[in-house]
Parts: sequence; C-alpha cells; structure tokens
Amino acid sequence: MPHTSQHILPVGRYAYDAVDKTFLKQRVAQFKDQVERRISGSLTEEEFKPLRLMNGLYLQLHAYMLRVAIPYGIVSASQMRTLALIAQRYDRGYGHFTTRQNIQFNWIKLEDTPDILDLLAEAEMHAIQTSGNCIRNVTADQFAGAAADEVLDPRVYAEILRQWSTLHPEFTFLPRKFKIAISGSPKDRVAARFHDIGLMARMGPHGRPVFEVYVGGGLGRTPIVGTSIQKDLPESDLIAYLEAILRVYNAYGRRDNIYKARIKILVQALGIESFREQVDAEFAAMDRAKYQLPHQIVEEIRARFGQPDFLPADEAAEKLAQQRLADPAFNYWVQTNTHAHKQAGYSSVTISCKPVGGIPGDVTTEQMHVLADLAEKYSFGELRVTHLQNVVLGHVRQDALYAVWQVLEQYDLATANVGFITDIIACPGLDYCALANARSLPIAQKLSERFGSADLQREIGPLRLNISGCINACGHHHAGHIGILGVDKRGEEAFQITLGGASDQDTVSVGQIIGSALSENETVDAVARIIDTYLARRDQGEHFIQTCRRIGTTPFKEAAYATA
Amino acid sequence: MPLLENGQIKNDTWLVVQDGGAVPAGDVLLPLSRLAEGFARNTEGRVGVVLAPDEAVDGLSDVLDRLEAVQLTLPIFRDGRAFTQARALREHLKFDGIIRVGGHVLPDQYEFLLRCGVTDIVVPEGTDVSVWERAHKAFTVAYQPSVQNEAKEGFALRRRLFS
Repeated sequence: MPHTSQHILPVGRYAYDAVDKTFLKQRVAQFKDQVERRISGSLTEEEFKPLRLMNGLYLQLHAYMLRVAIPYGIVSASQMRTLALIAQRYDRGYGHFTTRQNIQFNWIKLEDTPDILDLLAEAEMHAIQTSGNCIRNVTADQFAGAAADEVLDPRVYAEILRQWSTLHPEFTFLPRKFKIAISGSPKDRVAARFHDIGLMARMGPHGRPVFEVYVGGGLGRTPIVGTSIQKDLPESDLIAYLEAILRVYNAYGRRDNIYKARIKILVQALGIESFREQVDAEFAAMDRAKYQLPHQIVEEIRARFGQPDFLPADEAAEKLAQQRLADPAFNYWVQTNTHAHKQAGYSSVTISCKPVGGIPGDVTTEQMHVLADLAEKYSFGELRVTHLQNVVLGHVRQDALYAVWQVLEQYDLATANVGFITDIIACPGLDYCALANARSLPIAQKLSERFGSADLQREIGPLRLNISGCINACGHHHAGHIGILGVDKRGEEAFQITLGGASDQDTVSVGQIIGSALSENETVDAVARIIDTYLARRDQGEHFIQTCRRIGTTPFKEAAYATA
Repeated sequence: MPLLENGQIKNDTWLVVQDGGAVPAGDVLLPLSRLAEGFARNTEGRVGVVLAPDEAVDGLSDVLDRLEAVQLTLPIFRDGRAFTQARALREHLKFDGIIRVGGHVLPDQYEFLLRCGVTDIVVPEGTDVSVWERAHKAFTVAYQPSVQNEAKEGFALRRRLFS
C-alpha cells in the first residue's frame, strides 16, 4: 500500500533551521558580490577562479558547469523538483549524477548562477565546496539508515562533518582537494580506502560509536589504497582527530606540483608510521576540550533528521513473492535492483540511471519529476544519489515494489542491471571536460549496447566496469573490475584496459593496465573477449573478480590482444 | 605598504629587515636567523619575526615570550599554510602578540585569517577597506570553533560571528 508521510522533519536528511537558512542567503550574497567584483575587474580571473570553484562553478569546454552539493547523497522529493526546474530553465533539460553523490549541470551561464544559487538556497541546497582545494562533499552509504547489515546510521556523522568543514577557516586553501567517505556498515559500499579519509563506523562501548580511520587513499594519477591510521577512534574525538590529520596535511602537503599534492603522496613520502606520529603529536598538543564532539551534540544533530515511520507490513513479503512468480521480468529486477532492509517487509530500491545504450548518470527533467513523485508516494519523500551514479529509494514497502517498477518501466528507469556490466561508472569525458584525453560517454554507450541483453548480463553476473576519459580518474577506472582509461595516442583518442580493481574495504585493490591502448571499437571487442575468457574459465558460481584473482590477468590479456 | 588592523587602514610602523647590514632602530621584523641581533639592540623598538611558509612555528617556542609580532606570508592566495601557522601559534604556543600576514591575500580570506588568530594584514596601497569590511561581515554564523572562542549559536558546533 502506498503511504505518504506527515513528518515535519525531512526523512533521512538534516533539517535546516533559521540560522542555517540565513547562512545560505549570506553565501549567495557573497557570491553575487564576487561576481560583481570580477565583472568590474577588481578581481582577476585567476583570483576569481578559486572563489567560483568553491561555489561549484567550473569553466568547461563549451560552457560553465555547476556542480550542486547533495550532502551524503540525500535529496528530498521537493529538492529533486528544484533540480528539475534548474535543468529545465537553465540547462538543456537534464542533469548528471556524479561519483561524489552530487549533480552537475553542464550548460550554465555565469550570469545565471546567482539566481540558481538563490533557487537552491530556497530548497536548503547549495554548491559550496563541490570543487576547489577544500573538504568536498562527504559521501556515505547509499543504503544508510536502511541496510539490514548496518550497525549505525552514518549520515548523522556525515552531516556533522559537512557542517564542521563548511567554510572551515583553516582548511579552505589546502594543497589539493580533500574527500571523506563514511560507512556505518561493515560492508564497505563507499570505497572508504580510496578516499583521503575513509571512516568505518561501528558500535563501541556505552552505546557510542568508534571509527576506524583510513588515510591516504585515492585514485587519480597515483592510485593508492588507504591505510588504517586509527582503529578505535572514539566519537568524542572525531572532529579533533580529523583536525589533526588536516593540519599535518595543510602544513606539509606538497604545493609545488598539483599531481603530487594530495594527502596520499604525503603519507607515502613520510611512511604511515611517521605520518601517524605527526598526527598524534598534533592531536596531543590540541585543546581537546575545545574540539571535542560531545554526544549531546551528536544527538542534537540527530534530532534534526526525520525518521521513517514504518507501517505494519505483515503480508507485504507474501504479496511480493506472488508478484515475482507471476512476472519474470519484475522478478529479475527485484533480484538485481533491491537491497535487504533492516525493517521486515521493506526493501531499498536502486533505480538504474544506466539504460542500455544510455549515458551513465544522466537524468532528464521528466525523470527527475518521476523520481520525486515515487519518493513522495513510496519512500517517505527521500531519495539517495549513489556514488555509482544511480538513485535509491531507501524504504519501499515490499508490496509496493511492483507499482514502483511499473512506473519506472514507463520512464526508462527500470533497467535490471545494478551491479552488472552495464551499470557503468563514467566521467563526462571529452564531450564536456577540458582535462579529458578521450570521450568516455560514446564508449560507455557502445559497451552498454554490446552487453545490453538482459540474459547475457545475468549470465556474466556481478561486474564493475568503470571508464575515465583521462588519467585524473574521475570515472574510477582503477577501482573497476574492468577499467577503461582514455588516453591520447598520437593525437587520436585511445583506451587502455585495467583489470582486477575493487573498492570493497577488505578486498580493495588497484586495477593494473594489461597492455597498449586500443581504438574505441577495438576496446569494445577486447572487453568482449575478456568476458568470453571469464565465461570459459570460471568455476561454478565464481564472479569475474574472483576468477581474475584466481587465474591472474595473463589469460585475459592474451584474449584481449588476440587478433581475430 | 599600509596595514589593515581592526577594520582600519594604518601606517605600518614595522620594518621588515631582509638581509645584510645592521638591524635598525624601531619596530623590526627579522628572519629567525637574525633574531638574536634584534634582541641585542640597545635602542627602543619592538622585535618580531618573519616566518616563512615552510618554517614550523615550533622553532619559535624558546623566543616567543620576547617577540611582539610574527609575520606570516601567503606567497599566493592559494597557499594556505599560514592559516595553520597562525592557529598553531595561538593554540599550541599560546602566543598573544600581533600576527601579521603579508603576501597575496584576498579580502575573501580575511575572515578565515581572523578566525585563525591573525590580527593585521599587510595590504596594497589604495586598498578599498570597504571590500574587506564586507568580507568580514559577510557571515553571522560559522560552523566550527575557532581561536576566537566565539559564543555558541544555538546547537551543534555553530558559532555566532556577529550579534
């Protein structure tokens, strides 16, 4: 049965109060002032650049791009409608979900941005720190507050970190950008060890959380798996300890070479032991009382989050079972696109933004409205953008799944491919980005079409395919079981293939390049031969990454470069 | 160059001693290596130190009680090491003298610098103080504690910047 929520507080997200709203208005006013100073010439373009970047405004190949923050991926139905309005009025009728759980608009005019920021502020949204050398949007598990395997809701802590890092006086001009992810489940769905700081929360003594802190992970030109620096950080020291890490980084991170400026390079240069000693020294010297995070504050923040008011769902599971039996297509979708919920009779739904042959992460204005409608009707008005560029309805009663699926089918949002080879991560690539060497979207579309058959994808099973248009790795190619990296080969777009990457905390690994770059079509064929090799060589029930680990990359490499 | 102090443009009475020659009379800012000469002067005048961005503030701990001022530098506005140096001076070394910042500083960084414990900014001739004042008053709330120990604003870590 569909239900609507009557909550005053938004479910799953921090509710702004008057102080927060005033702050956002002041931020918009400040940006208007900066735009005026740029236009009058009192700010040079060089000086204006970091200021606009810290409001999410990039200058891309053809236009400005505005990246709007979606803190820990949570967006309400009404906020999604605001995003739809922006897409329609100021862009070309679509938006693009990013791997930091944000959304970006690719066709923005500079003079429109203050108005867009006004619209966003009205909806309790902003573009603060979605770019620039500062602490970026803190990402969290897309099944936060819902997953059956979760031990605590990471969003409360993500919100605390969001607030703490907002216009931080000391850490707004860091050597380079800084990314934090947090998981409240032992199953790492946030790629914690590919972040500058990754936090794995678990329950500690006296009912308060403790955090394992990973530091110095990242992708980009130098992919490095983060190292555990603190296994048992108490909740009360969360802010103080992160301040200590960032202080060491701000003081000693390299500033002479943009490609060696991330914290991972500092951690590698010092070695984890020496880095830990410096952080510990800083931590010991700090006024800990001042930077303490008392549990009262955690609870004050938690109290601003709405909680879903689950309805009795006694017969929901049974009804779902009947519907699955009656409709095989629906059954397949439930298998791939739903996730186990902690509440009996409920599921989380992953809405695929990867239709066969489509552009990963793109949604139209119309689809945004559909997402908002579904969230309002079936999931307490709350949506989540995932770092895999899909959208999640967190809490759907199982007897409503069929209705949800039927609506999604009408709007090309029901592709049953979550976790499969066509659930591709791709950066915007050379179609938009000034840094790219190659277009990532056409090859993503070709691969999606090549493996688009529902039966074939299911036969291949779980497989992460990630595509970056250049070595900066925004498409996380090193973290893909199969990764594709766009390069410039004597003036032509070409692609290298990596194999064996994975982002789960326990089995994290960096994908390795298997050989020289190929053309777009050759790459698609090579991936197909890699898949054929897997299907031929796999043991019973073995996933691609497991086969890859068992037999090594050589057989795949031989197949990839075999001439037909 | 003039000095921005408490929202006012003032003449800078401090002399930055770059290299060679005797340390002059008056208020002087010296590199670490020449501090002893400054302290040994028989003339009136205050002594401060010029700390390079890559010099740790810990190196000042032995002389800090004799220093009236520390000058930090943003070689370019993107280089934010001075923010950490200022905060460490205030919070770790409990320095309560003048912290000046020179170099390439943007008005948009003013409030951040103040919240890290900086008191004075060395600004170019002809600086429009109203732009800095606007930057200073742009926000009435901050989301984290700072060395200024602002009062809490409601709940959480928020601090009230102006009442």
